[in-house]
Amino acid sequence: MGEMDAAIQEFLVESDENLSQVERDLVDFEGHPQQQETLASIFRAIHTIKGTCSFLGYSKLESLAHTGETLLSLVRDGEFPLSADITSALLHMVDAVRKMLAAIEQTGMDGTEEYQDLKHVLIALQKGEVPTIPTESSEASASFPEVSVAAASEPESSSVQPKAELSATDMDGMDAAIQEFLVESDENLSAVERDLVHVEGHPEQQTTLASIFRAVHTIKGTCSFLGYSKLESLAHTGETLLSLVRDGDLALTKDIASALLTMVDAVRQMLAAIEQTGHDGTEEYQDLKNVLVALQKGKATSGASEVSWPSVRSSVSFNIQEAPEVSIQNLHQPVNAEISAPEIKMEPVSQPTPSMKKNQAEPSAADVKGLSAADSSIRVDVGLLDKLMNMVGELVLTRNQIGQGLSKLEDPSLLHASQRLSLITTELQEGIMKTRMQQIGTIWSKYPRVVRDLAPTLGKEIRLEMEGKETELDKTLIEAIKDPLTHLVRNSVDHGIEIPSVREERGKPREGRLLLRAYHEGGQVNIEITDDGGGINVERVVEIAVKKGVVTVEQAAKMPERELLGLIFQPGFSTAEKVTNVSGRGVGMDVVKTNIEKIGGTIDIFSEPGQGSTFKLKVPLTLAIIPALIVTSAGERFAIPQVSLLELVRVDGENGAQNIECIQGAPVYRSRGQLLPLVYLNKVLGLGLQPNLSGLDGADTAASNIVVLQAESRRFGLVVDEVNDTEEIVVKPLGKQLKGIPIYAGATIMGDGKVALILDVPGFAEIANLRDREKDQVETEEQARSLSSGQPLQPLLLVKVGHQGRVAIPVSHIARLEEMPDSIKETAGGQEVVQYRGTILPVLRLSTLLATCGYAAAEPTGHFQMVVVRERGRQVGIIVDRIMDILDVRLGPLTRSELSGILGSAIVQDRVTDLLDIHMVWQHIPLNEAEVDSAERVGV
Amino acid sequence: MASQQFCTFSVDQLFFGVKVLQVQEVIRLQTMTVVPQASSMVRGLINLRGQIVTAIDLRRRLHLPDRENWEPMNVVIQTDEGAVSLLVDEIGDVLEVSDDVLESPPTTLKGKVKEVITGVYKLEGRLLLVLDTAKAISVGESTSKNKEEAAA
Repeated sequence: MGEMDAAIQEFLVESDENLSQVERDLVDFEGHPQQQETLASIFRAIHTIKGTCSFLGYSKLESLAHTGETLLSLVRDGEFPLSADITSALLHMVDAVRKMLAAIEQTGMDGTEEYQDLKHVLIALQKGEVPTIPTESSEASASFPEVSVAAASEPESSSVQPKAELSATDMDGMDAAIQEFLVESDENLSAVERDLVHVEGHPEQQTTLASIFRAVHTIKGTCSFLGYSKLESLAHTGETLLSLVRDGDLALTKDIASALLTMVDAVRQMLAAIEQTGHDGTEEYQDLKNVLVALQKGKATSGASEVSWPSVRSSVSFNIQEAPEVSIQNLHQPVNAEISAPEIKMEPVSQPTPSMKKNQAEPSAADVKGLSAADSSIRVDVGLLDKLMNMVGELVLTRNQIGQGLSKLEDPSLLHASQRLSLITTELQEGIMKTRMQQIGTIWSKYPRVVRDLAPTLGKEIRLEMEGKETELDKTLIEAIKDPLTHLVRNSVDHGIEIPSVREERGKPREGRLLLRAYHEGGQVNIEITDDGGGINVERVVEIAVKKGVVTVEQAAKMPERELLGLIFQPGFSTAEKVTNVSGRGVGMDVVKTNIEKIGGTIDIFSEPGQGSTFKLKVPLTLAIIPALIVTSAGERFAIPQVSLLELVRVDGENGAQNIECIQGAPVYRSRGQLLPLVYLNKVLGLGLQPNLSGLDGADTAASNIVVLQAESRRFGLVVDEVNDTEEIVVKPLGKQLKGIPIYAGATIMGDGKVALILDVPGFAEIANLRDREKDQVETEEQARSLSSGQPLQPLLLVKVGHQGRVAIPVSHIARLEEMPDSIKETAGGQEVVQYRGTILPVLRLSTLLATCGYAAAEPTGHFQMVVVRERGRQVGIIVDRIMDILDVRLGPLTRSELSGILGSAIVQDRVTDLLDIHMVWQHIPLNEAEVDSAERVGV
Repeated sequence: MASQQFCTFSVDQLFFGVKVLQVQEVIRLQTMTVVPQASSMVRGLINLRGQIVTAIDLRRRLHLPDRENWEPMNVVIQTDEGAVSLLVDEIGDVLEVSDDVLESPPTTLKGKVKEVITGVYKLEGRLLLVLDTAKAISVGESTSKNKEEAAA
C-alpha cells in the first residue's frame, strides 16, 4: 500500500505538470498552428496520463483521456486543423482531468463523474462535426459540473468551506497562490484592456486578438483552479465570445468591445472582492453574461456598456445538470492544498508564472509580442527595493564619513581602498536607483481606455497620442503623479477639447487631439499634456477668481498671464458650469498641484485661446540621493540642492557692494541689467549677523556670498556667510513636527555625523517673491521714467579721454574694440586711416573731436585703443586714450550741453561723464552711397 | 492581575511612564542640530545611527520654564512615523505596575499636563503619570504660535 501511495503521489504530481503543459501548449498551438512539435508534445502528455491511469486503475479518467487522445491524434495526423472548438473541448477535458485528479487525491478514486457530455463533444469533433457553438459552450459548461455552475446555488458555503478545511500551512501555500493570481490577473486584465482598445482601431491584428484570448483564458484557468466559480463563469463567457471574434465568426464591433471591457471591470471587481474577503463576491453578473451570450449569437445589444451590476439571479439559464453527489468544489480546494506546499508553488510556476516571468510558453499575455527579452526579467517586491534603497543611502552616508576620516590619515593603501569604496558605492547607488525606475508608459497605458470611454459620453471625438512612454521615473514618483496626470487627462477631455460641431465651426478637424509627451531634461522629467482645444479663457479665470475671493481685481491687474492662468490651481476654484462626475468639482486642480509639489515637482499652464492648452509638469528624476551645495550661515551648515543652483556670486569691495541696492526697502542685486531679489539667510533664520540693509548704498563694503537660485522660473539670490563645497547627500524627511516649515525640504547627515538641514528652494522663492513683485514694479517704473524722459536704458562703454575726461559711448553703436600699434596709421585724402579687415577705416581722435570741450590729448604710447563704430554704410574708428568698462546704466537726468559732440553729462559710477553724440561723429565721415546699397541688401 | 512594565522618567516633580515596548532606547544628551523657525519645543535633530530623530523638549512641551545648566536625557520613543526623542530631566527605573491601581487622571492636575497623559498609576507615595506619546510629540507649527501659548 505504501508503494502504491507513493506511485499515486508521483502520478498526481506528474500528471498535474503534464496537464499544465498541455494547457499551455494547446493555447500556444492555437496561435501557431504550424508547430507540429507542440502538437506532438500535447499528444504525448495526454497519452502518458492515459497510460498511467490505466495502470493505476482509474477507469473513468482513462476513458476520458482516451477520447481526448483519439481526437488529438486525428489532429496531429492532419485530418483536420485544430479549431477553436477542438481546443476548447480539449481544454475542458484538461479541466475535467484535473478534477478527477483532485478526486483521486481526496478519496483515492477518480470520482463518480463520467463526463459523458464532454466525451460526446469530443467524439463529435473526432467525426469532424462542429457542434453548434452556443450549445457547445453552455453544454460544455454544463456537461461537467463546472465549478461555477454547481456552486452557483451556494456561493457562500462553497467558497468558504474549503478554506475552513485547510490547515495553517496549507493556507499559507494557498494564500501565496492567491496572491500571485491576483497580481498576475491584474496584469493580464490591464493587457486585455489595452489590447481591446488597440484592436478596435486595428481590427485586422490577429495577434492582438489571440493575445486577448489567451489572457482571458489564463484568468479563467487559474480561477477555476482556485475555485472562484463566479469569476470563472464570467471569464468563460467572455472567452467564448472572444474566440468567435478571433476565429472571424464575429466582427469586433463597438458593442462587443464595450461588453468585453465591461467584463474586464467586473473581473476587477471580483478580484478586489477576492483580495478583501477571500472569495469572489456574491455578484453573479447575470446581465453582463446575458449580454455576452447574446453577442456570441451575433445579436446586437443596446447599452452593452451600461449593464448594471446588481443582478442577483441564479444561473438557472445556464441549463445546468444536477450537481453530482460528491461536491467537486469541496474536493477541489483542500486537495490541491494538500498536494503539499511544493505543489502549490509548482502550480504557479508551471502555470502563468506570477513570480517568475521566465518564458515557459505560458499562455499569458506576457509572451505574446515575442518578448524573449522577458526571459531575463524577474519580478521583485517593491518593499524589498525600498529597503535596498535605504541601505544604499546609509552606505553613502557612511562612505562620506569614512572618506572624511581617512583623508586626514596619510596611509596610501587605506586611501586607495577608500577611493575604491567610493567608486563602488556610487555605482551601486546608481544601479539600485535604476531598479526602481519604471517607464511612464505603465501609467499611460491606461489612458487610451480612459479617453475611449470618456469621450463619447461627452459627445466628443478625441485621439490620444503618446510620445516618450519609455521615459523612466522612480517608482514612488510614478505612484505620486498617477492621479494628477489622470485628472489632467480627464480635464482636457472634459473641458479642453470642444465638441465636434464647435470644432468644425472653428475650422478645426472634428477629432480633437490630446498629446502626452515625456522627456528628460536637466535632471528632471518633463511631462506635457497638450490639447488642441479651445484654450483657457483668461478673462473668465480672472472673473471667477475674483468672484471666489482668490484675488482682488487690483492684484489680478498686476499679474502676468502665466500667473493668472495659475489661479486655476487655487483651492476652491472651478470654471465648470456644472460639476460633472468627471471633473469640475473644484477640488481637482489644486490637489494636482499639491501632489506634484509634494514630490518636488512643478506644474505650469500655457494656453492659446482657440488653439489649445498645455500643462507642463516637471518632476525630479529621483528623490533620495542628490548633489547639494553646502553653505554656512550663522555657524550652521545647510544644504542646497544643486538642481536649483544657477551660479555663485561673490560680491566684495567697493564695486561689488555698489551693485547691491535697496529698492523700496528690499535688497536687490543688479546683474547684467537685471535685478535679482536678495534673501538673507541669516535674516530668514533669525540667527547670526544681520545685514546692514540701510547702509547698503555704497557704504557697506563687506563681502557677501550670493547663491543664485531658481525655483520654477523665479530667480533670486540667497546671501550666506560662507560657501563650502558640493557633496552628494542622502535626503531624509523631516518629522511631522517640522514638515510644515516652508523653508526646509529635509535633513541629511554630513560626513562628520552632524545633522544639516536641507533648504527648500521654492520656499525661499516665496519669500523672495514678495520682493519680486516690487522689483518688477520698480523695473517697470524705471522703464517708464526713462522712456518719458527720452533716454533709453542702455549699456554704455566708458572710455577715458585725456587725463581725466570720461566719455560714454552707447554700446549699441559699437562694432568692435581694438588695440593697435601706432605704426599702422596712414593717411588718405587728408584723413587718418588704418587698414582694417580688408577695408580702409577712417579714424578720428576723440580728444580732437571733443577738443572744444576742453579735453587735452594724452601722450602717445606707441599703441592706441580704438572703438570701431558702425552704422549703415559707414564705419569709423574712434581713438580713445583708454577703454575702461561697459556698464548697464540707467541714465539719470542729463545736463544738456551746448558743446558740440556731447549730448550731455550724467553721473555714471559717481563720476561726471559726458555722453558722446554719435551723430556729430558721423558728420565727419562721408557716407559712401555704394556701401549703403550693399549694406541694405545684406540687411545690415 | 494584569500588569505592565513602564520605562519611567521625571520632569521637575512630575513622574512619567511610557510602556517599555514603546521605548526604543534611552541615551544621554547628543549633539543636536538646531532647527531655526521651528517650534521652540523642538530642540533639534540628532543623528541616531544614521536615523535623523527629532528631539522634543518635554519641559517646554509642558510649558515649564527652562532649567539652567540642563543636562537632559533622551528617551527615544517609537511612533507611527519613526522615532522621536523626548528630552527629560532624569531617568527612572523600569517599573512593573499592576492594573488595579490604574485610574483616570485626577482633575487636580494642571491642564497642560493633563493633556498629555492617559491615566495614572497610584504607587506608594507618588503617582506614575502614563504619558500619551502621540500627544506629547505633537507640537505647534510656528514659533509665533508657541510664544502666544506661552504668554497665555
